[in-house]
Amino acid sequence: MSTMTSNGRGDGELFRGYLNPARPHAGAYDEMFSADASVRSAYRSLHEVLAPSDVADLSARSDALGRAFVDQGITFSLSGQERPFPLDLVPRVITASEWAKLERGIVQRTRALEAFLADVYGDGQIVRDGVLPRRLITSCEHFHREAAGIVPPNGVRIHVAGIDLVRDEAGTFRVLEDNVRCPSGVSYVMENRRTMARVFPDLFARHRVRAVGDYAVHLLRALRNAAAPNAADPNVVVLTPGVHNSAYFEHSLLARQMGVELVEGRDLFCRDHTIYLRTTEGERQVDVIYRRIDDPYLDPVHFRPDSVLGVAGLANAARAGNVVIANAVGTGVADDKLVYTYMPEIVQYYLGEKPLLPNVDTFRCWLPDERAHVLDRMSELVVKPVEGSGGYGIVFGPEASAKELNALRRKVRGNPRGWIAQPVVQLSTVPTKIGDKLCPRHVDLRPFAVNDGNFVFVLPGGLTRVALPEGSLVVNSSQGGGSKDTWVLAPRSSTVESELSGPGLVQAVPLDGVATEQGPELTASQQQQQQQQ
Amino acid sequence: MLARNAESLYWIGRYVERADDTARILDVSVHQLLEDATVNPDAESRQLLSVLGITPPDGTTLDVWSLTELVAYSLGNAASICASVTSARENTRGAREVVSTEMWECLNSMWNAVPERQRYARQVGPHAFFSFVEERAAMFAGLADSTMSRDDGWRFLVLGRSVERVDMIVRLLLSRSGDKASSPGWVTVLRSAGAHDTYLRTYRGAMDASRVVQFLLLDRLFPRSVFHALSQAEQCLEHLYHAPGRRVGATAEASRLLGKARSDLEFLRISELMENLPRRLKSLQATVRDVGEAVSQQYFHSVPWVAWTNTEVGA
Repeated sequence: MSTMTSNGRGDGELFRGYLNPARPHAGAYDEMFSADASVRSAYRSLHEVLAPSDVADLSARSDALGRAFVDQGITFSLSGQERPFPLDLVPRVITASEWAKLERGIVQRTRALEAFLADVYGDGQIVRDGVLPRRLITSCEHFHREAAGIVPPNGVRIHVAGIDLVRDEAGTFRVLEDNVRCPSGVSYVMENRRTMARVFPDLFARHRVRAVGDYAVHLLRALRNAAAPNAADPNVVVLTPGVHNSAYFEHSLLARQMGVELVEGRDLFCRDHTIYLRTTEGERQVDVIYRRIDDPYLDPVHFRPDSVLGVAGLANAARAGNVVIANAVGTGVADDKLVYTYMPEIVQYYLGEKPLLPNVDTFRCWLPDERAHVLDRMSELVVKPVEGSGGYGIVFGPEASAKELNALRRKVRGNPRGWIAQPVVQLSTVPTKIGDKLCPRHVDLRPFAVNDGNFVFVLPGGLTRVALPEGSLVVNSSQGGGSKDTWVLAPRSSTVESELSGPGLVQAVPLDGVATEQGPELTASQQQQQQQQ
Repeated sequence: MLARNAESLYWIGRYVERADDTARILDVSVHQLLEDATVNPDAESRQLLSVLGITPPDGTTLDVWSLTELVAYSLGNAASICASVTSARENTRGAREVVSTEMWECLNSMWNAVPERQRYARQVGPHAFFSFVEERAAMFAGLADSTMSRDDGWRFLVLGRSVERVDMIVRLLLSRSGDKASSPGWVTVLRSAGAHDTYLRTYRGAMDASRVVQFLLLDRLFPRSVFHALSQAEQCLEHLYHAPGRRVGATAEASRLLGKARSDLEFLRISELMENLPRRLKSLQATVRDVGEAVSQQYFHSVPWVAWTNTEVGA
């Protein structure tokens, strides 16, 4: 407790009772305090600023954050209701060296997934070599035969990847799941930063935080690179399901920042395997579609025939090479939760490297011995459906009743391919403002990687989602989660600096600072006379 | 109209625009200083100060807070936001019969709210103050637009606003002309001018220094471009000039200067734009100064004060 009370200004207030041993999941790794209550180096200066601050002041700022979000329209829709995505005022800090490791791991993982997809929709060497069973792939709901043989012009299928990471009890980052269909959340990364800088400027002054604002530049470059080589000035569009989609805010933000058109399915049409945009000046060909619509809705010709969101003929146009879909159709096979358990083999097979980021230990219910183990110890495990997202359908064994567990056992036996089980990972905790205090709450991290074909860029930052209810391990926004600004600290000797300095656009001008002109003012004596009269 | 009132209107236009633009420039710079780990706050602050025509204080290391203090709040510094707001309000007070009540109340309540907003901003960060100034300036422009007759008074107001706009955009560009073409500073330039969204839509997101310069100097449609502001100022002068029978050239010096600067930009080869950009900007800055003087000579008949010498009362 020494550090918490050491500056002696009665400032333990905010953090009082923070490391209460009776709290749920007390064994989780706390990112600010180590077990002996000393502050970890990454959070030291943040703690110094926060600890003495006044509760009322923090509440005022917290309100200001909320108001700023509502004013800027940064919301997500939950069952048709627009809601602000609560932003917590304590940022999550990642040191330069931790980030360097994560970055390498994410790049490696993205490359492996990319190679895996190319293989699965090509020759299937990995199956022929017996590394993966064929039925693993063919039984995957997101494996689309419609995508077989479509080779994107620059070979990239995963233009954007979001790799969900958690930090286990020992503080090791592990991959919880891969998202390579349409990972969302990057808009919150950018907006959280912008809003935090406005409302909490003093926190930034003591840190060197790496910027996240130029994500759209990287995304646009990746999308333009993805176009067929004969498109001189590729026409890129963002395809959204529409205003009522939960991530519509993000779609419009990305389109705005890239300066490209945000379109709905009804704005596009297909003729002779070519996709066109309806504009006031007639039709315009589209070269790259950054789609934020799931595969089943993308093309009623091949997928759900009742979809009104997609464009009939889109898949064929992609096959003909006239349009590039980003991310490609069928990438879902790579982020299948069962395929995930084979990632170490996949990385080893394609790259010949050991995975830099470990998985969370996972039991596969479709293997008889692992299934037996799961059925046996279900009350200690987290059981997750392979299909599904948003935290729906997850059962925490320790919290489930005997009846629920029995029902779950029946489900698992009935469809073993559909379930996996993991030990309860106690996600790491970060101080979060709850009422008048800062309390430990569990977080995950979703960094975003953009592959432009030559280079995988990982945005230095990411979406930190936080589970606001006490003891909750489910961070999804649909389950009452909030988010935090994620700070990746710049290394002491920054290479970024040398990139930016360098010869100027034109030779630097000596600024002699011409003063602004001022209008006429009454002199003191004139004023005086006017007063006297 | 009365020359004194015309002068007031001209300066109201200038001061409100100056407060607005300074707030925009500072808002963006402060947040860039905070968010970007790679910039040196002292050097950046000094550069900004000298661009805004404020002599940087010697001997102290500047940071975000002292920068904000100097450029936003300090009344001792004639170019600060607070000083501009005060001057705009003073000018309006002296010319109430030619501005609408709404406009006066807008400026007066803005001026009255400054101390309180300043206190609040010291608590929660300067953005609150900047956005307050920007909002009020926009409101003032809107009220002027909807409550003023399009008579000479209106023209003097718009003339002042346009001239100041040219000056501020030129200063903004000067502050960046030493940057690398790929520097993220160019985004800040666009943001300060409120041109980011429009630029992205126009050039499809390709961030490129020469295009940014082109957009802010030459764009014919964007209202904050130098070209647009010059043309607007020129039109105002055109309508203000009532003498009939003009056959050759421009008789008034201000129109001549503006027209020359405008056509220089209008018929400039795009490829030549980036060659000696600083010189071009400097000469634009000089033009603005000369235009100011010419306008004041032609219309305001400035007599600094009437000096009575050797008067012998009742002799």
